[in-house]
Amino acid sequence: MNASANTPMPKVAIHKFASCSGCQLAFVNMGTDLIELTKLVDIVHMAEFGHVAPEDEPVDVAFIEGSITTPHDVERLLKIRANSRYLLTMGACATSGGIQALRNNADTAEWMRSVYAKPEFIQSLSSSAAIANHVKVDFELWGCPVSVRQMLAAIRSLLFGVAPQISREKVCQECKRRGNNCILVTQGAPCMGPVTRTGCGALCPSFGAPCYTCYGPAENVNAQSFGMCLMGLGLSPEQVARKFASINNAAPVFSEATQLFSGSAWMEE
Amino acid sequence: MKDMRYFPRAGLAELIAAIKESGYRVIGPRVEPGQGGLAYREIAGVEDLPRGLSDEQSPARYRLHPNGSQRYFAWANTSSAIKPFVFTPREKLWTVVRKEGRLHFEANHEVAKKTAVFGVRACDLAALALQDAHFLRGAHTDVFYRARREKLLLVAVNCSHAAETCFCASTGDGPEVSDGYDLLLDELDDGFLIRHGSTKGAMIMTDLVTQEASPEQISQACAQGELCRERQTRALPEASRLPGLMQRLESPLWDEVAERCLACGNCTAVCPSCFCHREFDSPLLNGKHSEHWRDADSCFSEDHSYLVGEVVRAHTRARYRQWMTHKLATWVEQYGRTGCTGCGRCITWCPAGIDFVDEANKLLSAEEEA
Repeated sequence: MNASANTPMPKVAIHKFASCSGCQLAFVNMGTDLIELTKLVDIVHMAEFGHVAPEDEPVDVAFIEGSITTPHDVERLLKIRANSRYLLTMGACATSGGIQALRNNADTAEWMRSVYAKPEFIQSLSSSAAIANHVKVDFELWGCPVSVRQMLAAIRSLLFGVAPQISREKVCQECKRRGNNCILVTQGAPCMGPVTRTGCGALCPSFGAPCYTCYGPAENVNAQSFGMCLMGLGLSPEQVARKFASINNAAPVFSEATQLFSGSAWMEE
Repeated sequence: MKDMRYFPRAGLAELIAAIKESGYRVIGPRVEPGQGGLAYREIAGVEDLPRGLSDEQSPARYRLHPNGSQRYFAWANTSSAIKPFVFTPREKLWTVVRKEGRLHFEANHEVAKKTAVFGVRACDLAALALQDAHFLRGAHTDVFYRARREKLLLVAVNCSHAAETCFCASTGDGPEVSDGYDLLLDELDDGFLIRHGSTKGAMIMTDLVTQEASPEQISQACAQGELCRERQTRALPEASRLPGLMQRLESPLWDEVAERCLACGNCTAVCPSCFCHREFDSPLLNGKHSEHWRDADSCFSEDHSYLVGEVVRAHTRARYRQWMTHKLATWVEQYGRTGCTGCGRCITWCPAGIDFVDEANKLLSAEEEA
């Protein structure tokens, strides 16, 4: 993918599905790097910018924001995948299903009847699904929203022709590099750092606020033991379940933890 | 003992001023407002020190409480002391620039600042000696570490207060400081005893108004150390038994600890002797400029054991075992002693409250029964 004067620039598309558009905004928030980026790649599709190319236009890299919630989404996504060399998910919605995946355990038809005057006009799937539930994903960029630094690093790696290096270590490591005292230990705060993937720079705990899992599960998570630690701090099993059922509630490790702590086994105690 | 001098509590401000006048920035313990607890940060003067506060530490718990005294050092320790000021947890090592078809490499020439770390403990100094053994001895010296180490002034304060998690008496590293300091203080009810351990320390002491320490003051200081020793309830197995851990590599106890361990790596991050690090490149988007960085790393992270396409220690059992057997057994082969100086940080700052000392004792008693 090395661009030179006589080869065309790699084509990049940024597609939106069910989401708040906050991850696309990361592109807009790049500042001068956005100008640099336009010298290196040809952004052919980004509705937020006003560039709209058809889904079947071949591209080198497709960034996907948002989760899959309608039958039409599935059709679009299949077309995008078939025409993209690399497909990267961008943010929590695309990577795990997002906060809207909380409806996966609800009665969708009942909700639609209660919200919309004419539910027969709504075509919606019963779940909010991660992109990887439908097509092969080459690289995942987690976060709510995704970090500009990570996104630029991923693009740079692809331009060099190497796989992006995306760390899956826990937030705690970055928190400690910043010289923070652990708020779990000093305040008994229910900080989710020990189960959450790095990438944010330990932003919340650096300001004394507990981590709330917006970068999704880290590698090698011990959800059962950590849930017990939170109960030791005074949280009820239901409160522990809700800590896992946040922005990345449908990530398998977190949804299993949610079930474990909201399940009957705990309630009986 | 004949070099021991005394100054009243008010003299502490003069001591800090004298250090600053010698060109040092002063790092000392202060209340951390954002996260709570104490942390070593730059201090302006005595007003930043934690006067009248004591720490209460237990597995996964650290709290500060007012103690009604005028003392500044009536606490055991904090989540870190000297380590981040010599082994910087994140630093740039070099930069490479692509210019006119060639690559130009440039080392990071950041100049180390003269840094005084005020209020360090016996366990911290013993751990610094271990870091020195790793970064400074042998064929390859770490130039970045060395530059900072050479600019360090260490003002130690003997402990008068042991936390429930302390066990330095069992490792032989405390509670009294034996060497490695420039200045050493004992805090008494109304003032401080002071002595120097280096020329740098002696120079600073000449600026200070002191008087000869009385035998009563000296015996009060000794009694404080003795009390700290008596209050320590945890003890590591004696050094001669620790190599026995290598005979317990298949023990089911590793599985038991792995059930509780979060593999978050907080223990290794707060350990004052852990030195593992990894390096990575951070290129600018234009592809013509790249920086090479070093991060503190942990044997609890998957990247740490990534070799030839495979994570060798994929599960927590193997990672915890690596941490403990290295710290307590194989460290001896590398550096002539264990890597543990009894500070107890890995116990306090473990969110799951795993007790390193208790685990080592359980493993070794199981070995001896087997």
